[in-house]
Amino acid sequence: MAWLRARPRLALLLLAALLIALPFLVGAGLGRSWVRVLDFVLIYALLAIGLNIVVGYAGLLDLGYIAFYALGAYLYAWLASPHFGLHLPFWAVLPLGAALAGLFGVLLGAPTLRLRGDYLAIVTLGFGEIIRIFMNNLNAPFNLTNGPQGMNLIDPVSVGGLAFEGQRQFLGLTVTGLHLYYYLFLAFTLLAIGVAMRLQDSRIGRAWAALREDEVAAAAMGINTRNVKLLAFAMGAMFGGLAGGLFAAFQGFISPESFNLWESILVLCMIVLGGMGNIPGVILGAVLLTVIPEALRYLGDLQRATLGHVAVDPSDLRMLLFGLSLVAMMLWRPAGLWPSRQRKREFASEDEHADLYDARA
Amino acid sequence: MDIFTQQLINGLVVGSVYALVALGYTMVYGILELINFAHGEVTMIGAMVALMVIGALLGVAPDMPGLMVFAGGLLVAVPACMALGFAIEKIAYRPLRHAPRLAPLITAIGVSIVLQNLAMLIWGRQYISFPPLLPQGRHEFLGAHVTDTQIIIFVTALIVMAGLWLLVERTRLGRAMRATAQSREVAQLMGVNVDRVIAATFIIGSGLAALAGVLVSAYYGLAHYYMGFMLGLKAFSAAVLGGIGNIAGAMLGGLLLGVIEALGAGYIGDLTGGFLGSHYQDVFAFFVLILVLVLRPSGLLGERVANRA
Repeated sequence: MAWLRARPRLALLLLAALLIALPFLVGAGLGRSWVRVLDFVLIYALLAIGLNIVVGYAGLLDLGYIAFYALGAYLYAWLASPHFGLHLPFWAVLPLGAALAGLFGVLLGAPTLRLRGDYLAIVTLGFGEIIRIFMNNLNAPFNLTNGPQGMNLIDPVSVGGLAFEGQRQFLGLTVTGLHLYYYLFLAFTLLAIGVAMRLQDSRIGRAWAALREDEVAAAAMGINTRNVKLLAFAMGAMFGGLAGGLFAAFQGFISPESFNLWESILVLCMIVLGGMGNIPGVILGAVLLTVIPEALRYLGDLQRATLGHVAVDPSDLRMLLFGLSLVAMMLWRPAGLWPSRQRKREFASEDEHADLYDARA
Repeated sequence: MDIFTQQLINGLVVGSVYALVALGYTMVYGILELINFAHGEVTMIGAMVALMVIGALLGVAPDMPGLMVFAGGLLVAVPACMALGFAIEKIAYRPLRHAPRLAPLITAIGVSIVLQNLAMLIWGRQYISFPPLLPQGRHEFLGAHVTDTQIIIFVTALIVMAGLWLLVERTRLGRAMRATAQSREVAQLMGVNVDRVIAATFIIGSGLAALAGVLVSAYYGLAHYYMGFMLGLKAFSAAVLGGIGNIAGAMLGGLLLGVIEALGAGYIGDLTGGFLGSHYQDVFAFFVLILVLVLRPSGLLGERVANRA
């Protein structure tokens, strides 16, 4: 790897080539269903990057993040499906979804952000459940969300007359909607990474870090803590709304079940596991936690081969393993698999003062 | 039949169960300033263990009186959950006592997921029916119906809460708990074994949770691996409503939340002209929670802790 490190431009080129070829490599090697997994990896990466702004940068634990995802998805479904007979193009709907989610972020944040972290966690959790319960029940007296059945026949994304569905031949390759969505999601994810990284190094990003470390000290330094928190909340929510719109277009179908608390926790797990506050770590977390459950499906085949029957349903094991890994990570590697350097130092609280006496630090 | 009185009674009965669970949240929060997210799952484990014992007892001695079978279930479930609470504290919280605040909260979520999924693997996904062991008689009371089961649940909860009150106010352990809640460091300097007090808090809270879990599943006649989640959230809301960290507050908050929820579910249809129905019942707890946190973060009886950084 050292020779690559010395040639950053070549490394970037190789990475770009790999990212472009990836869906075809995966499709050829593992089958088409894995291209779909790849698309989900990118959606979750987008969500994780958004939540990371709230949790990783600003240190506000948000357990209802999926509500913003739901808002984005439902707005997309309202504006681009036969439900209300509206068929707006995706580039018009996505910003609206992000804006709606951001607005709700401010509405929820304004009264609650003066609360301490763990209260905020519970309130956001409650907010997430409220949104889900409303989505589940708003099919009467007028049918807004179609209740538990969910909404279907949502328009796929289409760019310049090219709808992202079906399949076509291109340069001898079979290009399906799944492939096109991959590139669309990749573009949004790269954009999100760029925005998140620039934010982290900005004045606002430093204010978030100060807030996370010590709210009182941050306020004493002249940071308007309430506004800065609200900004983090709204910004994270907008990413969530954007991802929700993409999800709705990609799936063509949404129902309240896709937006339950465990989805929020799943995204949180990605951040914690990967390394809070560190973009590469967060993406690593999103990749691992999306791919591992899919790979776990093979556990069923394995059991059938060795035991002759499926003793434990692998999908039952999935959440159990998530729970165990959350506990284990916090106990043994609280900064995550790929922490930022700053974070690593913060978590080494035992020798917090050691570096004062250590000339090398 | 008078709907108001009926809903009031139903609310008080459910509220007394919320209060039992809320006590566990509030005691732990008072001492550690930690939201024990896994507490709701402990109630579920309590109900499940009791059901297992009850099933076994009914299999061995079908003629045993219902109350004795019920007591048998409780006698196993409560100590089992006490051990569970002790283990949770020891494994998931104690090593993180000096870690950043988010860390124990995340392990708590992890423990909660683990317990829920273990329960699902052991007892299955389906609803398990709770046999009608408690007396089923119905009484007329102020134009409403009260069942024997409701009376038993309410009275049991009140007795246990009175016992807890005595424990906290009159015993040596209770004094140590109150001292630790005020200041862990100073309590330690005064010779209080803080680790033991914290362990005792978890054990007591989990015992109460197990009792609540058994009572609530006996009341509804059902148990489910997911039942602890909502119950835990509502009980937490109740604890915040009463003023978290405050024991009397948790009792008051629990009863009040039960009543608010029952009356709300009973009247929401009329109030909104049929726009919102009683299936929004679960939303009330959250609205109460958000309203309390916004308007009076210290709760009804609590001290002002919400802004202490």
